[in-house]
Amino acid sequence: MKIGEHDWNLAPLGKYIWRGRMETGQLLALARAVKDEGGQLVALWGSDDRHLDAGFCIHAAFLTSAGLAWVSSTLSVDNPAYPDLAHIFPQADRMQRATFDLLGIRAEGAADERKWLRHGAWQETTFPLRKDFDTGQPPAHELDAYPFIRVQGDGVHEIPVGPVHAGTIEPGHFRFSIIGDRVLKLEERLGYTHKGTEKRFEGMDLDAGARLAGRVSGDSHTAIAWAYCMAVETATGCSVPERALWLRALFLEIERVANHLGDLGYLGNDVALSFGFMQFWRLREDWLRVSARLFGHRYLFDRIVPGGVAADLDDAGCAVLGTLADRIEAEVRELKTIYDEHAGLQDRFANTGIVKPDMAARLGLTGLAGRASAQAWDARVQFPQPPYDQLEVDMATQRQGDVLARAEVRFAEVYESLRLIREILTRMPEGELRAPLKPMHAVCEGLGWVEGWRGEIVVAARIGADGKLDRVHPHDPSWQNWPTLEVGMLGNIVPDFPLINKSFNLSYSGQDL
Amino acid sequence: MATYLILQKLFRTGIVSEPAPQADPALRTREQELHEEILGVFGQAVAIRHVDAGSCNGCELEIHALNGPHYNIDGMGVKFAASPRHVDVLLVTGPVSRNMEVALKRAYDATPEPKWVVAMGECACTGGIFGESYATCGKISNVIPVDVEVPGCPPTPVALLQGILAAVSSKKA
Repeated sequence: MKIGEHDWNLAPLGKYIWRGRMETGQLLALARAVKDEGGQLVALWGSDDRHLDAGFCIHAAFLTSAGLAWVSSTLSVDNPAYPDLAHIFPQADRMQRATFDLLGIRAEGAADERKWLRHGAWQETTFPLRKDFDTGQPPAHELDAYPFIRVQGDGVHEIPVGPVHAGTIEPGHFRFSIIGDRVLKLEERLGYTHKGTEKRFEGMDLDAGARLAGRVSGDSHTAIAWAYCMAVETATGCSVPERALWLRALFLEIERVANHLGDLGYLGNDVALSFGFMQFWRLREDWLRVSARLFGHRYLFDRIVPGGVAADLDDAGCAVLGTLADRIEAEVRELKTIYDEHAGLQDRFANTGIVKPDMAARLGLTGLAGRASAQAWDARVQFPQPPYDQLEVDMATQRQGDVLARAEVRFAEVYESLRLIREILTRMPEGELRAPLKPMHAVCEGLGWVEGWRGEIVVAARIGADGKLDRVHPHDPSWQNWPTLEVGMLGNIVPDFPLINKSFNLSYSGQDL
Repeated sequence: MATYLILQKLFRTGIVSEPAPQADPALRTREQELHEEILGVFGQAVAIRHVDAGSCNGCELEIHALNGPHYNIDGMGVKFAASPRHVDVLLVTGPVSRNMEVALKRAYDATPEPKWVVAMGECACTGGIFGESYATCGKISNVIPVDVEVPGCPPTPVALLQGILAAVSSKKA
């Protein structure tokens, strides 16, 4: 596969998914070539491969003009280190720091070497994702003592917020440096929900892995479970039945609609239009109840399983879902008119929390927030996995990069997802729901790539010779988008933070792992 | 213009909170019971503070849903408050991550007596799929005393209301 002038010797691993191994120097050169052609770093993680006689390993997934490229470099056992990638792709910063916390693999020359996922539960000298990590060791109970970056000068003061917030939100800490109400700097401190998810995957059987993958971030259950299943199906050479693939796409669009409806309601709520909250959450509740009735779970948990799906839809169910989709669309269009006409709401939405297109490109802003800042990427559009290759998704984009733009993208995506749902309902082929996974007797690996409601989900999986999971890395787009929220907050006033934060609606659990 | 459209929409929507035609009948009687029980115990209100101690955010989806118009918790006197200092009930989700252990204990200590703790969701009740590890303390009762455990992944809003009822009823006993 060529990127720029050079052929990087990558082999196809799946549709639009490429795989290669290279020296760390070449990895750096590849990163530059990807940057030059306008691509992005999507994910960066490490692994302890000493039990496979392969030392430590650093992995990166790049978005390129030919699809997603998963490349790995083997690192020495004694001094596992690789060249810093954050000076090329700033979004690598926190991923590199997390990789050190979990594996002791260092990014050489990195500007920021502060800890990230490690607070005080384990010591700086022990690394939980190493295979020889002593799981029985008592927790360290150290103080976090995280060195925040201080802003100094006349009249500057700090507001620390969290980890326990005033609303029903996940835990995280936000440190505002302000003059008056104006924000000079926002610094995030995340990792509070770190649950050792990646360690938990180790040794699990493939079905249990799907359940855990779905609980990396509950609001993206379907997207992450699908990406995980795609990875293990690629690894084991499983051919998923057509009908199962169409049902997965149906579930994914149902999840997208549910989340967008919820966010549109909360965006109204955050500008004191509780009417908007009540209306959108009424629609959302109707939507969830129909999911529960048709598929047995309000959020479709555990309905995607390795090899296929664990729920079907009959003709009567299709009619129910189709009718509800029509009604929801009609009502959302009415509510859109009200949001458009409401002067107070427009005043708060417009020009608030701006991330301009060039900044979004530099920082790797992705998913729906990226599309609201003219980053025209949607894996369903450019690199469609089945059945999206037969669906022709219409991508929604905006250029302003403010709260209003992110709301507009959500409205457009609700309409498009409802259209897709109706199309899937009429075109879904008959057939089996699940194909058995072949038992493998050698180490094998695969990667899954799914455009979730928040952005692109990547899951890389390696299965050991015993048929159990050896290493799974689930990547949530919140990794890239959290740092960009800090930028979007600059120059805004503190009371607009809940609104701006909600307009991104990023996952804590998805990045804390 | 917006005001006119809002009023029009409000009248067309009507009230969805009371006997919702598509709702399960058993669910509705439960809502009525909850209403009386809670009023009986607290007179006017139960204030709740939610603490996410490390959840996957699945349970939070249902807490949000509980605040929607179908459930009318405000009408029942159930209210989510912004600080643990202002509440009767702590609603805790997640396995307790070690990184949240101190924050959860502090939130518990900050809640005035008498107080009740409702552990919401499979992880909160048992540690769930995450269990106990270098990163998690497991179930909530490993860290603070728990009065009621509401299982489910995630529990439905109705199950959650039933749990809140169970917590405040224990005051009578």
